[in-house]
Amino acid sequence: MAGKPKLYYTKGRGKMESIRWLLAAAGVEFEEEFIEKKEDLEKLRNGGFLLFQQVPMVEMDGMKMVQTRAILSYIAAKYNLYGKDLKERAWIDMYVEGTTDLMGMMLYLPFQSGDVKEKNLALVIERAATRYFPVYEKALKDHGHDYLVGNKLSWADVHLLEAILAVEEYKPDILSAFPVLQAFKGRTSNIPTIKKFLQPGSQRKPPADEKFIANVKKIF
Amino acid sequence: MPGKPRLTYFNGRGRMEPVRWLLAAAGVEFEEIFLETKEQYEMLIKDGSLLFQQVPLVEMDGMKMVQTRAILSYIAGKYNLYGNDLKERALIDMYVEGIADLMQMILIFPFSPPEAKEKNLDSLKERATNRYFPVFEKVLKEHGQDFLVGNKFSWADVQLIEAILAVEEKIPAVLSGFPQLQAFKIRMSNMPTIKKFLQLGSPRKPPPDECYIETVLKILK
Repeated sequence: MAGKPKLYYTKGRGKMESIRWLLAAAGVEFEEEFIEKKEDLEKLRNGGFLLFQQVPMVEMDGMKMVQTRAILSYIAAKYNLYGKDLKERAWIDMYVEGTTDLMGMMLYLPFQSGDVKEKNLALVIERAATRYFPVYEKALKDHGHDYLVGNKLSWADVHLLEAILAVEEYKPDILSAFPVLQAFKGRTSNIPTIKKFLQPGSQRKPPADEKFIANVKKIF
Repeated sequence: MPGKPRLTYFNGRGRMEPVRWLLAAAGVEFEEIFLETKEQYEMLIKDGSLLFQQVPLVEMDGMKMVQTRAILSYIAGKYNLYGNDLKERALIDMYVEGIADLMQMILIFPFSPPEAKEKNLDSLKERATNRYFPVFEKVLKEHGQDFLVGNKFSWADVQLIEAILAVEEKIPAVLSGFPQLQAFKIRMSNMPTIKKFLQLGSPRKPPPDECYIETVLKILK
């Protein structure tokens, strides 16, 4: 009987957070090993644990998986969060790639400052409000179902909720023009596994703070 | 009976080239519409064809698919180039994602300022020879099979041959320390569908030139 998945990353959100979300939403318990200093990363590299010398890395089902999308796709498929056929999977992939692009824009914000940060933040808000959120608002409105694809909870829903909450941390009223997304957020946050993940004491990581940023710069 | 897949993009490689490779490798004929003016692009956005207002766009099986990875995954799944089970799929995904990171460096190359070009070329060489190619050299050496995953032709093999040829265009001797990859390159190039794609007159696009760069900048500005 295989053990719990084990996640190797720094003790912060970064690229691993979407994986924590998806495992949690699927009701899968996992362990974490945190990279706290440069030597920890070197040890993983020298030990041949990291296929392309990078984290995230997730040990699961006898594999040392790397590359965030590969890991997420595997988890989604294993726990039936990837639709029921190729076409549903294509829609889930399209939606997830959109939220990935949006969250990708936010990934480096904590590491930026001054004018650069302000300009990038403005772009994030603009894209969220005009390119991304309207798409999901429309998709949900058009079919009237609770979930984005196939009338069933999928990876796309989990990722969208994660993206909404992430943007809201920067602009709390970002959903003011998106009533359907507001309802989606309420509903999806109340799914038992997700509700549990959103409570204090879960493995969800807080937004990056000064100390975390300084540490990450030292490690990488 | 559905028609051929229809690809909408600029008349050049960019983010559509891996899609052309994969369809061609799968033996699937396709049509192409080339974006030449900003007006064309704005029309596509206006008529709701582009989910996130971006190309590539691939119309196929009744869907207007966007997002390169979504498109490639669908094609790989449909044409049995995605392994036999979840674990093989995970390996293919890992390999493809690694190669995509390498290809990203080539993608942005023509758009980087002249002063940065030499540094970017050095980074490309370093990453190809120290991070990516050694992985695939080792994989092929260890199992001794013709293909990267599951002893069967897959999306990962197509992505790798594309990347090898793209890097070689910039760094001709890049495979000199990788005998397995040299043999892999020859084997893949001789597969009938790939061989056909590598011949003149195929939908394969040439490396980006000034005209391509200008068109992209004009349309996306």
